[in-house]
Amino acid sequence: MRTAFKLAAGIAMSAIAAVSQAQIKPSVIYDMGGKFDRSFNQASYTGAEAFKKETGISYTDFEITNEGQREQVMLRFAQRGFSPIVVAGFQQAPIVEKIAKQFPDTHFVMVDAVVDLPNVRSVIFKEHEGSFLVGALATMKSQNKAVGFIGGMDIPLIRKFGCGYEQGAKYINKDATVLANMTGTTPSAWNDPTKGSELAKAQFDKGVDVIYAAAGGTGVGVYQAAVDAGNLAIGVDSNQNYLHPGKMLTSMVKRVDLVTKTAFEDELNGKFTAGLQVVGLQEGGVDWALDEYNRDLLTEADIKRMGEIREGIIAGDIKVHNWEDTQSCTY
Amino acid sequence: MSQLAAVESPRWVRIGLIPLLQLVLALAVSSLVVLMIGEDPIRAFKIMIHGAISTEFGGLSNTLYYATNFIFTGLAVAVAFHAGLFNIGGEGQAYVAGLAVALVCLTLDSTLNVWFIAPLVVIGCAAFGALWGVIPGYLQAKRGSHIVVTTIMFNFIATALMSYALVVWISPLGGNSTDSRYWASDAVIPKVHELAPSLGFEASFSLLSPVLLVALACCALVWILIWRTRLGFAIRTVGSNPNAATYAGINANRVIIITMAISGALAGMMAFNEAYAAQGRLILNFTSGFGFMGIAVALMGRNHPFGIVLAALLFGALYQGGTELQFEIPSISPQMVLVIQGLVVFFTGALDRLIREPVEAVFQRRAIANANAAVAGGN
Repeated sequence: MRTAFKLAAGIAMSAIAAVSQAQIKPSVIYDMGGKFDRSFNQASYTGAEAFKKETGISYTDFEITNEGQREQVMLRFAQRGFSPIVVAGFQQAPIVEKIAKQFPDTHFVMVDAVVDLPNVRSVIFKEHEGSFLVGALATMKSQNKAVGFIGGMDIPLIRKFGCGYEQGAKYINKDATVLANMTGTTPSAWNDPTKGSELAKAQFDKGVDVIYAAAGGTGVGVYQAAVDAGNLAIGVDSNQNYLHPGKMLTSMVKRVDLVTKTAFEDELNGKFTAGLQVVGLQEGGVDWALDEYNRDLLTEADIKRMGEIREGIIAGDIKVHNWEDTQSCTY
Repeated sequence: MSQLAAVESPRWVRIGLIPLLQLVLALAVSSLVVLMIGEDPIRAFKIMIHGAISTEFGGLSNTLYYATNFIFTGLAVAVAFHAGLFNIGGEGQAYVAGLAVALVCLTLDSTLNVWFIAPLVVIGCAAFGALWGVIPGYLQAKRGSHIVVTTIMFNFIATALMSYALVVWISPLGGNSTDSRYWASDAVIPKVHELAPSLGFEASFSLLSPVLLVALACCALVWILIWRTRLGFAIRTVGSNPNAATYAGINANRVIIITMAISGALAGMMAFNEAYAAQGRLILNFTSGFGFMGIAVALMGRNHPFGIVLAALLFGALYQGGTELQFEIPSISPQMVLVIQGLVVFFTGALDRLIREPVEAVFQRRAIANANAAVAGGN
């Protein structure tokens, strides 16, 4: 009798759990790059898929294709009771601010921008820490002790990448040469592989043999130029090691996938918190990528050294200066 | 007898039946594509149609919002087309006009209200758009540079100019890194859903604003211009045969330049709807290809203002219905929606003669037969 009761109670409990799970309606809104951009937006998709696989809870997503859709779609998501709504890309911030005010009970997750509202979780990454790591590896692997950086558009965010990289490179060898170029001052700089390739070649002529691109689609040209010249390249945002196996030294990954997955899980467990989250190495928000495509480039000693530096940054023994704190790269 | 071969088929056939047949054919091919990805085409089209005309969540009003943009860019293409000019620079002309919106609003939106700002924005948009149209027009008229090539290139120049202006000048004045701040709310035309309560009805959110009325007024003005004025006559004459026009005493070069100015001004009005009324701020790439869609709208509307309104409504419905489709059926991606829109453009524009010629031939034969019968009866 008692077992039967327990069993019944158990079934009832799991039924309740199933109901409460079914009530969670997570969603993602991608920015114009599209769901499969191999970079930023795709990372949110990967995270949402991982959540779906683990919990069996499906999510809804939408790819923005014109400006007219932004407000309409976010509003419809909120009206239909989707929560949390993970919004990728700083260009969506003004719309999040508008809609989140109208729906105080809906949870929003703003990636890469800050929206200061009680129902919005804003997530910012410590890109300088991840860039420090790949900068250190770049100098470790550079034969000429000369490493290069190609930024996309010249904005503070990208200077933050470049400054972290420079610090990492000089941490390994104080005399290392670090060359840095920005592709341009307009958004077309995010998608100019030709210019990326030209800038990379110019840096190679000056002795650079490991190059890091934080330039969106421009990076593709940089990597190709590195492969053609027999040099090494470092990818960004998503793990791009697979693009040129054996030629990509590593990638500085920004774990937008984890941010998305965590947000969904927090909602599921009733632990969603609003406010600003700044995620770095310690939180697993940024990291360097080690997989089957670049393992052969590295020795055990390299990997050990990287592990030490990583621990050093997390423990605070190695201080990485954030360009945005002083608007300059003096450290 | 022989002159009867040149008889035109009835107007309802030219601007009603033929586009309808083209649309049906496009949707038939689209449904094959929908079937290929394993979805039910009937359900998909139901969602699209319901999404485009429903009033419960602002479907219809969003359709009208898109249509407003398409009417402006469609008219721009049509006016140029009557002069034999193929203006594919509507995108750039509208984009540069966005700069006028920003200039007026950023300097004056704290001091003037909507009644004073809106006319200034209209003038600014028309002027900037006209400027961006008149330069290729001048190059065509005086230097013989082909308008298709120059207008395409001016799109690229516009993109570069606007990116620079937005990032370097406009965004530091309070926006994100690639857009401007919102214009002050009492300096912007209220949207229909904001006006609705004071007019005694409820409307869900949409980007539709009374600018639609301005678009319709522009249609009327274009109709008057093309078919009821001397300039319109000159435009049509130059379009039919520039040499004959010159021989008849029309300054063809002057007409080309003026036409491109009017065309550019109409395209620029799209910024009035998008950057001023709908978005309320200047955004990078706010034109989103609406300028290019104007070509399809004008082609499908047979360069007639009334046809353009119908075509703009259709394309507005395709955009809004497409958004709903993406929303309701997750396996349909934006690319699929683009395929459906592309097929409509393909069958109405590129493959126009596939349907037009056989159908018109049927009606021409019938007209000739009727005429013959009348002649026979008269005898």
